[in-house]
Amino acid sequence: MAITRGDVEKIAHLARLQVSESQIDKLTGDLSNILSLVDELQAVDTTGILPMSHPLDAQQRLRADIITEENHRDEFQRIAPATENGLYLVPKVIE
Amino acid sequence: MIHNKTISELSRGLAAGEYSSVELTTHFLKRIENLDSNYNSYITVTAEQALNEAQAADARRAAGNATPWTGVPFAHKDIFCTQGVRTTCGSRMLENFIPPYDSTVAANFKQHGAVCLGKTNMDEFAMGSSNETSYYGRVTNPWGTDLVPGGSSGGSAAAVAARLAPGATATDTGGSIRQPAALCGLTGIKPTYGRVSRLGMIAFASSLDQGGTLTRTAEDSAMMLNVMASYDPKDSTCIDRDVPDYTATLNQSLKGLKIGLPAEFFSEHLDPEMQTQVQNAIRELEKLGATLKEIRLPHSHLSVPAYYVIAPAECSANLSRFDGVRYGYRCDNPQDLQDLYLRSRSEGFGDEVKRRILIGTYALSAGYYDAYYRKAQQVRRLIKQDFDNAFGEVDIIAGPTSPSPAFAFGSKGNDPVKMYLEDIFTISTNLAGLPGMSVPAGMIGGLPIGMQLIGNYFDEARLLNAGHQFQQVTDWHTKAPSGIDA
Repeated sequence: MAITRGDVEKIAHLARLQVSESQIDKLTGDLSNILSLVDELQAVDTTGILPMSHPLDAQQRLRADIITEENHRDEFQRIAPATENGLYLVPKVIE
Repeated sequence: MIHNKTISELSRGLAAGEYSSVELTTHFLKRIENLDSNYNSYITVTAEQALNEAQAADARRAAGNATPWTGVPFAHKDIFCTQGVRTTCGSRMLENFIPPYDSTVAANFKQHGAVCLGKTNMDEFAMGSSNETSYYGRVTNPWGTDLVPGGSSGGSAAAVAARLAPGATATDTGGSIRQPAALCGLTGIKPTYGRVSRLGMIAFASSLDQGGTLTRTAEDSAMMLNVMASYDPKDSTCIDRDVPDYTATLNQSLKGLKIGLPAEFFSEHLDPEMQTQVQNAIRELEKLGATLKEIRLPHSHLSVPAYYVIAPAECSANLSRFDGVRYGYRCDNPQDLQDLYLRSRSEGFGDEVKRRILIGTYALSAGYYDAYYRKAQQVRRLIKQDFDNAFGEVDIIAGPTSPSPAFAFGSKGNDPVKMYLEDIFTISTNLAGLPGMSVPAGMIGGLPIGMQLIGNYFDEARLLNAGHQFQQVTDWHTKAPSGIDA
């Protein structure tokens, strides 16, 4: 399936990625090539085939409902770009 | 020279008191310092910490508590989080990331008192087959200054091939252990999905990623997997199953081993020279008592298409966590929250990572999920069923690892699809979750090539056994690139 410049702009926005004017044509071509590679899948009859999400069809394990996580807030915040009083700082959201 | 010894030889030498871990570690650190400018195989060298670990290992040995890994140096792919040691995943996004915790794999090595020399270079977020996408510069294959080492674990492979580490950890999402092993003349195993914990192994495509080994011999890979494999309750996809001693079965006879040769892997598209070399290698296994049988994997041509939906889709979800807020790169002077997200991600990620995030976002976006992701997951089951059928008839499957030996930098041009086809023989095992191994199996034009061995679920011991027996009667794994002083 061919992809348009508009599609690229839309998915770039969804992915929060900036795509410059100079890159957009090349990227549109690259993504179209990748999509034509994967389009081979459309020809396969998969009626009634269960999608496979884990090779061994493992289920999520359950555990006893007790707290096992320790509090690592200080270690985690030490590597953050900006923090204050135990909070992560971002630019003002509400004027 | 000491750096030409295998892990098992070094382990025995340490036990016999021929050298101390401090001596060994100093030797490797000096080699890295003198030679790695030729290869760029390390992103971070942890000299001071390595010497401390070596001292502790020597003390532990003196106290009588040594294991086979105590004091043995090795390197980690820079995708495994190491507490207090920068872990970049080959990306600018994590240039200053110092993990506050150890990956389970790193913790397992520490428990044995192994000595980590440093963190090896890799394609950015493990996305690539040539190590050209690393933010920290490309890695050179020790077999030729203009050749790629393969990827994404190219730094690990180059470091081991250049004898800058006797072994290194690696990860494999579509061939990232086996293809660099083949291109650098090494042995590497990607275990069954769920065998090695993914906790602290930076995620690319969670349903495909699996940690494994890059070493010179199958015996060394067995030793390494003994440490890496474990059940980890903190990885919800890890399988609770006993870990055998992979070295215990290396010497079993291959008499009666049934080897399947997929017609699809030996088609007319395979380079004739590659065909000859791999056939010769398989004949060696036959001489050891194995029997050969042609099998079919009729859906294998769909592996690359299914992979390039599933891997980018999972990558786009995993990499959405990099937002410039909690850790990792943050742009300068963000105007508002949207600007913070947008510029931190755009400046922090490289081109290939962005391409895959965009493809994945597209495949998962409203209206396309069924046509792409769901469809690919259905095809994935068909690919797995092919293998299930094959393993009803044979014990292991053999074929080439990569379509060609190491290629030149830039030779795949500007078209990402060309690079994606590099993994055409390796991707199906990731999709099925099966273990796969590559062993050095010949030379083309003076460059090593690999034979791939694929096993049934949790049959790593059988693959390592076959690889080890093969290495008892062949010497491809002993070949070293020129310039490595004997």
